[in-house]
Amino acid sequence: MSQPEAHPSHGSHSEPGFLRKYVFSIDHKIIGIQYGYTSLAFMLFGFFLMGIMRWQIAHPGEAVPLIGNFLQTVFKDAAINGVVSPDLYNMFGAMHGTIMVFLAVVPVLTGAFGNYLVPIQVGASDMAFPRLNMMSYQFYLFGGIVMLASFFIPGGPAQSGWTSYPPLSLIVPTDGQTYWLVGMVFIITSSLLGSVNIITTIVQLRAPGMTWLRLPFFIWTEFVAAFLLLLAFPPLEAAGLLQLVDKLTGSSMFLPTGLAVSGAAAHAAGGGSPILWQHLFWFLAHPEVYVLILPAMGIVAEIIANNIRKPLWGYKSMVYASLALGFLSVLVWAHHMYLTGMGTVIATFFQTTTMMVSVPSVIILTCLLISLWGGSIRFNTPMLFALTFLPMFAIGGLTGLPLGFSASDLHLHDTYYVIGHFHYVVAPGTIFAVFGGIYYWYPKMTGRFMNEFWGKVHFWGSLIFMNVIFMPMLSQGMAGMLRRMSDGGINYALSHTGAEGSLPNMIMEMNRVILWGAIGLAIVQIPFILNVFISMRKGVKVANDNPWDATTLEWQTETPPWVYNFRKEPVVHRGPYEYSVPGFSRDFTPQTEPDNVGAKH
Amino acid sequence: MDIPYTSKVRPDTGLYNGKLGVWLFLASEVMLFGGLFSAYTYLRIGAPPDTWPHGWMNVTLGTINTVLLALSAITTLLAWAALKTKQFGRYKLFGLLTILLACAFLGIKSYEYRDKLTHYQVQLNDGRVADGHLVENNKDADYILLRGHYAANATELLDGRAKGHPAHEELKIARADIKSLKNYGPALNNFLAIYFSITGLHAIHILGGIIVFAYLWGPGSKMWFTAPARFTNRVETAGLFWHFVDLVWIFVFPLFYLT
Ligand code: HEM
Ligand SMILES: [Cu+2]
Repeated sequence: MSQPEAHPSHGSHSEPGFLRKYVFSIDHKIIGIQYGYTSLAFMLFGFFLMGIMRWQIAHPGEAVPLIGNFLQTVFKDAAINGVVSPDLYNMFGAMHGTIMVFLAVVPVLTGAFGNYLVPIQVGASDMAFPRLNMMSYQFYLFGGIVMLASFFIPGGPAQSGWTSYPPLSLIVPTDGQTYWLVGMVFIITSSLLGSVNIITTIVQLRAPGMTWLRLPFFIWTEFVAAFLLLLAFPPLEAAGLLQLVDKLTGSSMFLPTGLAVSGAAAHAAGGGSPILWQHLFWFLAHPEVYVLILPAMGIVAEIIANNIRKPLWGYKSMVYASLALGFLSVLVWAHHMYLTGMGTVIATFFQTTTMMVSVPSVIILTCLLISLWGGSIRFNTPMLFALTFLPMFAIGGLTGLPLGFSASDLHLHDTYYVIGHFHYVVAPGTIFAVFGGIYYWYPKMTGRFMNEFWGKVHFWGSLIFMNVIFMPMLSQGMAGMLRRMSDGGINYALSHTGAEGSLPNMIMEMNRVILWGAIGLAIVQIPFILNVFISMRKGVKVANDNPWDATTLEWQTETPPWVYNFRKEPVVHRGPYEYSVPGFSRDFTPQTEPDNVGAKH
Repeated sequence: MDIPYTSKVRPDTGLYNGKLGVWLFLASEVMLFGGLFSAYTYLRIGAPPDTWPHGWMNVTLGTINTVLLALSAITTLLAWAALKTKQFGRYKLFGLLTILLACAFLGIKSYEYRDKLTHYQVQLNDGRVADGHLVENNKDADYILLRGHYAANATELLDGRAKGHPAHEELKIARADIKSLKNYGPALNNFLAIYFSITGLHAIHILGGIIVFAYLWGPGSKMWFTAPARFTNRVETAGLFWHFVDLVWIFVFPLFYLT
């Protein structure tokens, strides 16, 4: 401890061993890459669960092809002869949602992109608390392992949705729910530590000259998202702890008086409230959806600014809009609960705030759209993903409005329309931004480009199949098809044929179309995965450290960046998007460029 | 390569990294306990009539614990001030006092827990309730021994503030007469459930504080001789955390003990 200011273990000249370098690394770039691989692996796994569910919905009661035997081996009674039982369907549904939201999309945005980019883009040598950073990843990984372990316990994993609503979550006779809760506590702790790090890094470690309004928009979105995680996640942690107490001690904070399970009075003191859980859950989970979207908007803004070769239109409005979005997003949670009988006054309050929160989203979207005007656009793979984000997110956002009004939501709640809505925002929205971001920053991380041709195959395939999957869901939902039905609603549809509330054949047929869409989507991810790995060896080498002719700091250092990012502390002289500034010889002016150089013609 | 502002403050923000970090962490803690206190409020307001108990906690013990924490808040401050004025010996003294006070708090808390967990409500077949501490519960015997009293029903036990406690005596109850036997654990009712949840989490925070203070008092204090400014900052951030933990207790005490 003779050098108190030094990084632990940094500064020694000997090469750190493999473990120190790749497993217990405290370098934010390595940790970012760890997060990246882990979260993408979880995403693939979550997608795989969904594939099985879509098979069951399209072909209820038929054995799952190819892996039916495997399912029976693992899940025994829940998958007799390889047929997905309702219980198994519920397990997969709950785990799909949980994995996608908490183990895939949030970590890829804040853990992977956030970790890799935030320190470099603000001009710092690492995160403010490197060891804490390593711990965040380990907590996350451990939480994920607990979740996955629950697949192999008797009774299987949690079965009551990613929302874990009691009483159901408390009365399903499996320890899976306990695993879920414990896993969540670790994941939440990881997010909290990560957020503290990201915020402190942005506030404290900005390079000289990097004023607040010179921060790239991506940094702003990470900043707001980190605040949301920091302040909205703890109430869910509180709820999770209380549910854990209920589950383990037999208390009934979430169980009402007079609860009957399978016809018999439940063994609980009662007096609790299932609605309390919903409040605590949605108090997190609505802000959470902005955690899912804001950094995605940030990534898209970086890619767009770079590929239109002109400044973003309305950068400041976008910054203020993202702050407003963060603030308002904690005031809307009960729009998920209109059906709980909250009364018109409260419903009106939440309708109003919900409409208000869509304003800043529209501002950000509009700014990006107007930015395109008059740009000389380069249509490379990252840009295609970024451009497509705009209409796809718009569909997602617009379909949210009818859900925000309690009158229309009473009809749409818990139908496939809701599923369609939020998948539009998260899948062709956020996940497209993630894809775009990977293609865009890959050259910085590896020194090689990903293959453009296969990138475009990946892009067009994903775009088409995503829409084949999610567009029909909107119609199915409006027709009244409920979510979370293990047979896709076929029993319901048939038992009511002709009667009001029955589902027309056309609606049921869509289930098959969606299955084909899901298979297609799986296939077009293969070129992507191969592209990521093969391009590391075989990709076209970058000609210099700034292959996209970009302005932000991560492009002004070597490729891949040195352990401490910059050999010399960067000094920032200008805003993040000075493209095509008149008077400069090149069409981009890096943030580090002082006024007196490059000005010659 | 150094991370800047680990001990010096950054001029434009006026903070060193650790301080900002701990403030952010505390903000999330506010939301964590905020969520729990909201749950308390929600459960209490929503409780069916005549189900929420009053005066079940030992106010004397609660008051003593409040005083202990208040004193420890002062000692943490004095410990930090001692470092600021370069009196390491004084720091050691007040650091030790803080740890002892915190341990005393936990001691009293565990006594209270034990008291609740050995306290039983026995629902008898004739409708009456026997209430008291379990003295003997031998699986082979056909009776149990309880030190307490009988009540007409469970509702009568809800208000512990009532004057003139019924005399406690040894009750011998035949197993055949017992309908159910429940201790004053979380499963008895939601008051106890949320009480154990909140105070349990609070106690974990106290324990965490003890570990941090013990480290800063023992092995961690070597840093004083190599990097006094940074060490002082560490003590300050630990103190900030500790004051938050004390503050939570200031809410816990009236909510569970005084109402
Ligand atoms: C921009 C305006 C938006 C509005 C007005 C809106 C409105 C709503 C409403 C009212 C619901 C509840 C529907 C119901 O359960 O009956 C809902 C569900 C949902 N929304 Fe949005 N939303 C918007 C944007 C977003 C964004 C950006 C995301 C994520 C990135 C998102 C993710 C979700 C999710 C995950 C659910 C479903 C949760 C569940 O029940 O499982 N929404 N939305
Ligand atoms: Cu919402």
